[in-house]
Formats: sequence, C-alpha cells, structure tokens
Amino acid sequence: MKYVDEFRDPQLIHDAAAEIHRLADGERHFRIMEVCGGHTHAFYRFALGDLLPPNVELIHGPGCPVCVLPMGRIDAGISLAVEHDAIITVFGDVMRVPGRGGSPLQHVARGVDVRVVYSPLDALDLARRESRHVVFFAIGFETTAPSTALTILRARDLGVANFSVLSNHVTIVPAIKAVLDSPDMRLDGFIGPGHVSTVIGCRPYEFIASHYRKPVVVSGFEPADLLQSIVMLLRQLRDGRAEVENQYGRAVSTDGNLPALRALQEVFELRTFFEWRGLGFISQSALQIKPALARWDAERRFNLPALTVADPVAAQCGEVLKGVLKPHQCKLFGRECTPERPIGALMVSSEGACAAYYNHAPNGAAPQPAHMEWR
Amino acid sequence: MCLAIPGQVVSLGPEPHLAVVEVSKVRRKINIDLLKDTPVAIGDWVLIHVGFAMTKISDRDAEEQLRLLRMLGEDEDAMRELEGYRFGRDGSEPS
Repeated sequence: MKYVDEFRDPQLIHDAAAEIHRLADGERHFRIMEVCGGHTHAFYRFALGDLLPPNVELIHGPGCPVCVLPMGRIDAGISLAVEHDAIITVFGDVMRVPGRGGSPLQHVARGVDVRVVYSPLDALDLARRESRHVVFFAIGFETTAPSTALTILRARDLGVANFSVLSNHVTIVPAIKAVLDSPDMRLDGFIGPGHVSTVIGCRPYEFIASHYRKPVVVSGFEPADLLQSIVMLLRQLRDGRAEVENQYGRAVSTDGNLPALRALQEVFELRTFFEWRGLGFISQSALQIKPALARWDAERRFNLPALTVADPVAAQCGEVLKGVLKPHQCKLFGRECTPERPIGALMVSSEGACAAYYNHAPNGAAPQPAHMEWR
Repeated sequence: MCLAIPGQVVSLGPEPHLAVVEVSKVRRKINIDLLKDTPVAIGDWVLIHVGFAMTKISDRDAEEQLRLLRMLGEDEDAMRELEGYRFGRDGSEPS
C-alpha cells in the first residue's frame, strides 16, 4: 500500500484493513464490484488490493464513460465535421478513443476540426464567437449530464442557433442491471459510485438490495473510504442484510441534487436502446434530447443515422467490463492493445480497468507478455 | 473524469449563475446553477466538474480532495482543466 501515511488518518486505513481480514476470515469467497472508473483507478493507484485477503476479490465495473462509448458514435461525431463543416468539441479523454476510421486525434492529424474543451460552456462560447456550426460531443454518466443540460438551456435562452449537442450520455442503473442479469455473473455486493450519486442520490440503487438481494455502499474516493465501504459490505453479508448504505455522506445525500435532476428532466428523455461498447445494446440506458429542444440536438438537426460498428473481434472488452475476465486475461492485453496504442476503449482512460491494470498492477504485470499465462 | 476539483469561492456574480473560484492561486469563473437550492457564500468550498459546482464541501474535505488528486497523479490534469475554462474570460457576456 503506497502513501498510506500521507492521508488524513492512516490509523483508520490500518484498522479498516484489519477489520476486513476479520470479517472475511473463513472459506467464503467474496466478489465485490466497484462500479465507478474513479474507484478502479484509486484501487490500483493506491495498491489497495495488497491490503485485502485473497478471498476478497474486486471486480471492475462499467462506470468509465469513455470505455463504454461505442465506435459508431465516434464515427458519427467525425462525420459532422467532414460532411457538414462543423467544429466538433470534445473532452480530452475522447481524443484517443478509437472509431472505425481512427481516433479523433488521428482525424485532427488529417485536418478534421476537432477541438478539446474542458466545459460544455466553452463549446457554447466558441459557437457565439464563430459563424460555423459548433457541436459539443457529450459523454458521461449522471455526473456530467446536468452540465450538458444546463448548457443546452443556456443556448436556448441566449438564442444561439449555430450550436448543437451530440448526446452520448448514459445512465448507470441500467448498466448495473445488465451486469446483474448477465448469466455468467456472480457478485456479492457493489461499491456504489461517488460523484454520480451526488446527482442521483442513493434511492435509485434500492432495487439492487430489494430485488437482487445484494448490498450496495456508496463510497468516497480516498483509501480509507474505499476500505470502510468494503467493511460495510462485508458486515451486511455477515448479517445476511441487503441494504443501500452511504459511506460518502460528506458529498452525497439520499435524494441527490434536485436542481441537477430538474435540469435532466427538462432537457433529456430515455432512449429506447443504446449501444454500450463491450456490453451491447441496453434498453432505457441513455439520454437523448427532448423534441422541444430539437434545434440543439445534433442527431435531429443533421439527421444522423444510427450507426453500429462491431468491436474488434479479438478484443474481449465485454468480458472484462462484466468482470468475467481480468484485464491481463484478454488475448490482446499488453501486446496489440496498450495505453499508447489502444484497441479497446478500456485501455484509453486512466479510469479504464485495462489502463489502470497496465499502469499500476504489481509485479510488473504490464510488460509481461500475455502468452506467459499458459506456458 | 470522475474526479472533481475542489475550489474556494472568492467572488459571486456578476450574473447570478456565476462565481469565481480559486484553486492553487488560479482563478476561474464557474457556473453555480446546480447549487440553486443551497446558498453559496464567499469563502465556501465547492467540488467542480466540467465548469460547474456540483456540491458544497467542508474546508477539511477540500484539503483532503486536493491531496487525493496529488496522490492519484491527477493534480496536473485537474489544474489543466481549471485553467482550460474559457467562458466569460474575454470580457464578453459569459455563457
């Protein structure tokens, strides 16, 4: 465990680790999924796995926005620049996500006008300074979607006609449900996302406890938070309880952020289906802009066709996303697919399970060729 | 992109949806419309994500969040994001 003494209460970390060992003592194997990519990154970066007994296994979930973005959406965004002379604005994370014709970064090298912004409001400001059309390529879970919603409302209020949003926003609950319904999935509990929950609160997870009888603990991002959340999950499992508990009370309330939820309600509606990279089509899992705001919806405005592009056949992103395979068990891991030259999107972001594993896994797992596994 | 940046509110306005925050001596305008139901005052700490304040936090939690970003190796990315916010910087009416 790195850096342990530099956090606010190192004793808390040691105590929580000792409590995990006590609670997990015995034959039972525990499989716990951390849903959020930020948690995945923190687990690897702080080597928290070193503090866990071998029978407490962490499974990395689908909560990394760039990792689940399907290739067809990247291609659709690029087509708006190529065919309609629009300026495409993206968050930096999106620049290296592979599409069928390459990543946005590769398209920039060929002269396509894709620009990085750090806020959707900067995309709107750009549109107000430019005569060309500006598209904001929106990605993210409920943490980010309210910002896009408020930006669209601002564009409406200011009457900005040369601005639209290509919405790729997804919602976390249907993804968790898809994981729970997956036949090859055995999980004992969930570490619930932190910042998504500042927006949606804790109530949307109730079905996991009531219907699937799995405990959920919404967690902060510090080592002590994550270990404390595992303690809370193991205590529920010991007592035979399945409840939604909130470890991250300093930022998350039960009801969530009401202005954010109102903005989402005003701007977005659920899509019937949306494709997730690696997971396939999940019903009611993504947000599209309501017809009343069609002027600011790039899909309607440019009549974008739904485009499905298969994931690379050899990549096993879906199995890794569902926790069936560990990152290094994928055939391409560390050989064809690396953070420098990603094939699957899990290798792109520092919050993707594969990139986190590649960069931080113990024993130099990164450079080890995958064929060593079966020698 | 899950991680939020802690910033301290140093001024409010000029429009009701705007505030100026300071993080490590860098000042930028942010949008505070998501905190409509929570009174925001000068000196408050907020968690910032893509130009918007998400939630208010305590001084101590803000300090820990900065430390967490440093430990995760994300402090430079966080500052790059904050410095990258352009809206309302050129004197025009900000979005």
